[in-house]
Amino acid sequence: MNRQERSTGFGFVAPLLVLMVVAFNAPIAYMLGLAFWDKGQGFTLEHYQGLLEAPVYLRVLGNTMRIALIATLANVLIGYPLAHWMRGLQNRARLVAIALVVLPFWVSILVRTYSWIVVLGNAGLVNRALQWSGLTEQPVQFLYNELGVTIGMANVLLPFLVLPLFAAMIRIDDRLLQAAASLGAPPRTIFWKVYFPLTLPALAAGTLLVFILCLGFYITPAILGGGRVPMISNLLDTLINQIPRWEQASAISTILLVVSLLIFAAYRRLDRTASL
Amino acid sequence: MSDIRLEGVSKRYGPVAAADDVDLAVAQGEFVTILGPSGSGKTTLLSLIAGLNRPTAGRIFIGGRDVTDAPAQERNIGLVFQSYALFPHMTVLENVLFPLGVRKIGGAVARSQALDALKLVRLEGLEDRRPSQLSGGQQQRVALARAIVFKPDILLLDEPLGALDRKLREELQVELKQLQRTLGVTTILVTHDQEEALSLSDRIMVLDKGRTQQVAAPAEAYLKPANRFVAEFLGIANFVGLEDGRTGLVRPERVRIGAIGTAAKTARVVEAIYLGQMVRYHLALENGAAGAPMVAAVPFVGRAFATGERVAVSWEAADIWPV
Repeated sequence: MNRQERSTGFGFVAPLLVLMVVAFNAPIAYMLGLAFWDKGQGFTLEHYQGLLEAPVYLRVLGNTMRIALIATLANVLIGYPLAHWMRGLQNRARLVAIALVVLPFWVSILVRTYSWIVVLGNAGLVNRALQWSGLTEQPVQFLYNELGVTIGMANVLLPFLVLPLFAAMIRIDDRLLQAAASLGAPPRTIFWKVYFPLTLPALAAGTLLVFILCLGFYITPAILGGGRVPMISNLLDTLINQIPRWEQASAISTILLVVSLLIFAAYRRLDRTASL
Repeated sequence: MSDIRLEGVSKRYGPVAAADDVDLAVAQGEFVTILGPSGSGKTTLLSLIAGLNRPTAGRIFIGGRDVTDAPAQERNIGLVFQSYALFPHMTVLENVLFPLGVRKIGGAVARSQALDALKLVRLEGLEDRRPSQLSGGQQQRVALARAIVFKPDILLLDEPLGALDRKLREELQVELKQLQRTLGVTTILVTHDQEEALSLSDRIMVLDKGRTQQVAAPAEAYLKPANRFVAEFLGIANFVGLEDGRTGLVRPERVRIGAIGTAAKTARVVEAIYLGQMVRYHLALENGAAGAPMVAAVPFVGRAFATGERVAVSWEAADIWPV
């Protein structure tokens, strides 16, 4: 591509670029910058200091990390076998399975989250089934605690893990597995030495995506946690809409962004060494 | 090292028979090629022997042991796929070590065995490469090394040279033949390439629509085909009417042509194709079976006949094989 072609191309991209920078990047930069500025005082780290001094912030951060980790783990434990099972299906059954995985994408996240209340509530499907079968006498408290939040988040984010994983799995040539079998490998060895390593990059990417999405999740923790499970996004909501302390919110957002970027960098590094 | 025996082996997919009542006996150390067009069921047959598939009927014996229901893992077979099926996440050495690791052979013993196998296929110095960093021919050698490193009882090759260009293919054919002789391993190769089948094997099994057409030594199958299908599939076939009403086969090399007047039959040259050592003439016969096509391949000495020229055509009665 010569210089002239490049500048022509730039002409086409420019309007969109301006829109992105002015409407998207600039507000974010301004918002992140808020944490470093104090009215009349100029540059300050006071707001970060405030974060460190108030243990509630760190506790919420730790809490968020822990719930995100558990929800991600649950996602992997459900998603991997699911994607693997889908790979083994015949064409038509496979299409149906994909549709069932994708379907929730088309349903509003609010509807999906509220439907968990119908399922998990004290008089919900699960509790009634448990009591009817005699496994429990009192209803099990699924909602408005960490369990409910974790279940909800695992459900909402499942497609983000299953779809890339499934895509990677159907790309694995059956003949690789047959070759491994012909070389004498029992099914367990074929899985751990051939199949699993080939799905690992997609698994890592999907896991990371889900984890990052978990960190910033708002709606599901807000509804299924009933305000009793503080996570970062809910804390931000409080700081912006109720207390108004934008500087503090900005500082927390910055930390969240940095943590996400660090995880992403770690993943990139992992992925690069894995594919060498 | 073992012999292989198929007894009435069939594989049906609904009403379609990919293998239909196939019998075959391969002696220990023998090199047999299963030859057929695509869809003839040759790859199905190979996968049945390898244990990747179960036959709907018949028995399969390897080294006298009935392995019909044994999974692939228990057959001790070296299998090379057309696509090589190398493990992309492992280095060359790790690929070759894989079957040894499965057999609980590790450490220095495994390493030296793997390096020996790589040396045998002339791939020294590339141990630490990934398959994606190798050429097609090199990948093929890795697949071969991986298939022989654990001293399999039999070696199965599924169009192993199919994806390579012609020159490389011919080179590897020679190496493959030498390797097979050195190891003395019973080998079955599957191909649709008749030249490959003729040049590599001790015996050829010609397959069509899942049924055995002929099992014979290359020269016999070529010159004395069991039927018209074999005659046409193995090279160019000229069919001539015989006096008793039957049809006879004459191979192009057995047709002689000369100047008009040197023989009773005459023909017109439709096309003359210069092939280096040989010239191949596409002829149209004039007397008797007027207009009937015939192909003659004759050594190129001095001058070739030109397109449109009339020539005399003859062949020996002994070179005719009734089909």
